[in-house]
Amino acid sequence: MENSLLLKSIEIRRSLLKTIYNANMGHTGSSLSNVDILVTLFYQVMSYKVKDPTWEERDRFILSKGHGVESYYCILADLGYFPEKELDTFCQFKTRLIGHPNNKVPGVEVNTGALGHGLPIAVGMALAAKLDKKGYRVFVVMGDGEQAEGSIWEGAMAASHYKLDNLIGIIDRNRLQITGNTEDIMSLEPFKEKWQSFGWKVIEVNGHDIDELLKVFNSTPKKKDKPTIIIANTIKGKGVSFMENKAAWHHKVPDKKQLEKALLELSSQEGDLGE
Amino acid sequence: MNKIANKQIICDTLIKRGKENRDILVLTSDSRGSASMAKFGEQLPEQLIEVGIAEQNIVGIAAGLASSGKLPFIASYAAFLSMRSIEQIKVDLAYSNTNVKVVGISGGLSYGPLGMSHHALQDIAVMMAIPNMTVILPADRYETEKMTDELLKYCGPVYIRVGRNSVPDIHQSANFDYEIGKALTLTEGDDLTIIATGETVKSAVDSSKLLKEKGIKARVLNMHTLKPLDEKAVIKAAQETACILTVEEHSIYGGLGSVIAQTVIQNYPVPMKMIAIPDEPAIAGQQLELFEYYGISADNIAREAVNLVKRC
Ligand SMILES: Cc1ncc(C[n+]2csc(CCOP(=O)(O)OP(=O)(O)O)c2C)c(N)n1
Repeated sequence: MENSLLLKSIEIRRSLLKTIYNANMGHTGSSLSNVDILVTLFYQVMSYKVKDPTWEERDRFILSKGHGVESYYCILADLGYFPEKELDTFCQFKTRLIGHPNNKVPGVEVNTGALGHGLPIAVGMALAAKLDKKGYRVFVVMGDGEQAEGSIWEGAMAASHYKLDNLIGIIDRNRLQITGNTEDIMSLEPFKEKWQSFGWKVIEVNGHDIDELLKVFNSTPKKKDKPTIIIANTIKGKGVSFMENKAAWHHKVPDKKQLEKALLELSSQEGDLGE
Repeated sequence: MNKIANKQIICDTLIKRGKENRDILVLTSDSRGSASMAKFGEQLPEQLIEVGIAEQNIVGIAAGLASSGKLPFIASYAAFLSMRSIEQIKVDLAYSNTNVKVVGISGGLSYGPLGMSHHALQDIAVMMAIPNMTVILPADRYETEKMTDELLKYCGPVYIRVGRNSVPDIHQSANFDYEIGKALTLTEGDDLTIIATGETVKSAVDSSKLLKEKGIKARVLNMHTLKPLDEKAVIKAAQETACILTVEEHSIYGGLGSVIAQTVIQNYPVPMKMIAIPDEPAIAGQQLELFEYYGISADNIAREAVNLVKRC
């Protein structure tokens, strides 16, 4: 299974790079960072119906770091929520594929883009599931720089207060934000302990190891009555060597040469998997 | 063609003054690059305070710094600063009349393709509704430089909105009188008055040239300060010209058009027309594409002006 998901991740990386290049806009590093998390969730973990996007029992997904939207749109297109061709309209005049998640796009639950909103919304969704005695889970992907917003911690408090074991937060812990290293901009460490002290079950994983991600997602909630936070250690710009761990690639757009180089790298990763 | 964005002018001016006055501080929220304040941070590292992505916190911290004698300038995204932090602005800044300058960068439709979360089209409405707040939208680089110098002498909380990109010059040079709260008359005329603010002033000025060809003499007022409003200039315009057209990069609710209408109707009612963004989540597109789409272009302003003058 893992191999096919790894191939899918490469395909999504390729697709998002082309989308950003065509639009001459986008958050390249941020999006590459969350690909493996989103691929694992969408192709293996969550239940939903592409033909019935508002199916009541579906698992809910929120991309709270809304600027990392390209991987999300590319996955939704690949799953058939909308025609792949439409990716060419990303960020263009009158498009519905605007530069942050937009719920006019089938498969997108809520609009995000202003950081620090996703977790409180997820708390509301998880609470509704409890009230309605429904079995769905709520997944919310956040940035690590985003953790400086106070609303995250208000949501964190409420989630453990209401014992929302159907809520799973994932932090894309790439240690970079726009200006530089999170620990220089607004330090988060000791990060695990912070979430623990807010009453969450904390699990740390390699956010690019799909096997590890699968194992964790499939075994949550680990603790009844506790929300789970997954600190996913990632690399911003993952998959393209010259973009990796570089803050400058947060919202830089590759030029033609860089795109070609990046696509070549992805092809060789694909080749390695085939062997 | 000017290549320097207004936000960059604010930075350059603050660097100059900040070297002489160490109390001048710039606060950023993972936004020093976007705010063009990186250079300030490089040249005056001890005077740049980074708070991370936390717009409520940044205002509270600035309030504390100001009440301890510092001169804080907050430079962060207009969309988030104006809405996310509005209670801190109301209570921590306005209520206590705290001397903090709030610079909203990439305002209006600057982030056009990024959607409503990033559009700042309600900021003026919110700021204007708060007592003690001064609200300023500079039009070009000369004005921005003069404004920044004035702000350093101006005590009390101020909201300044600038865009993301460089804008064409309106003034020929820095050789003009600038006073916070006093409108600038850019062209004389008595057929109608066009009042514009911020980075839409250029379209208004250009439209007056088109109107002149049609034999319509438009007075163009650059209302760089929306609050306190230069009521005198507005009332005078109402008395001396037949009608008023307003132009702004803001929601039709609560911006320039609203406040001018409010002043006109209570003092000297004349017909008015407002060009602004309608009450909808603005569509996606580049800023200038959206200007065109929503009618903030010299052509459309001239068209509306002709229609308005016909009615009067
Ligand atoms: C409320 C708010 N403030 C500021 C921004 C501007 N902004 C967009 S992305 C970003 C940095 C995000 O860093 P992080 O959460 O670490 O995500 P990464 O891209 O590194 O995964 C900032 C400051 C925003 N979108 N929302």
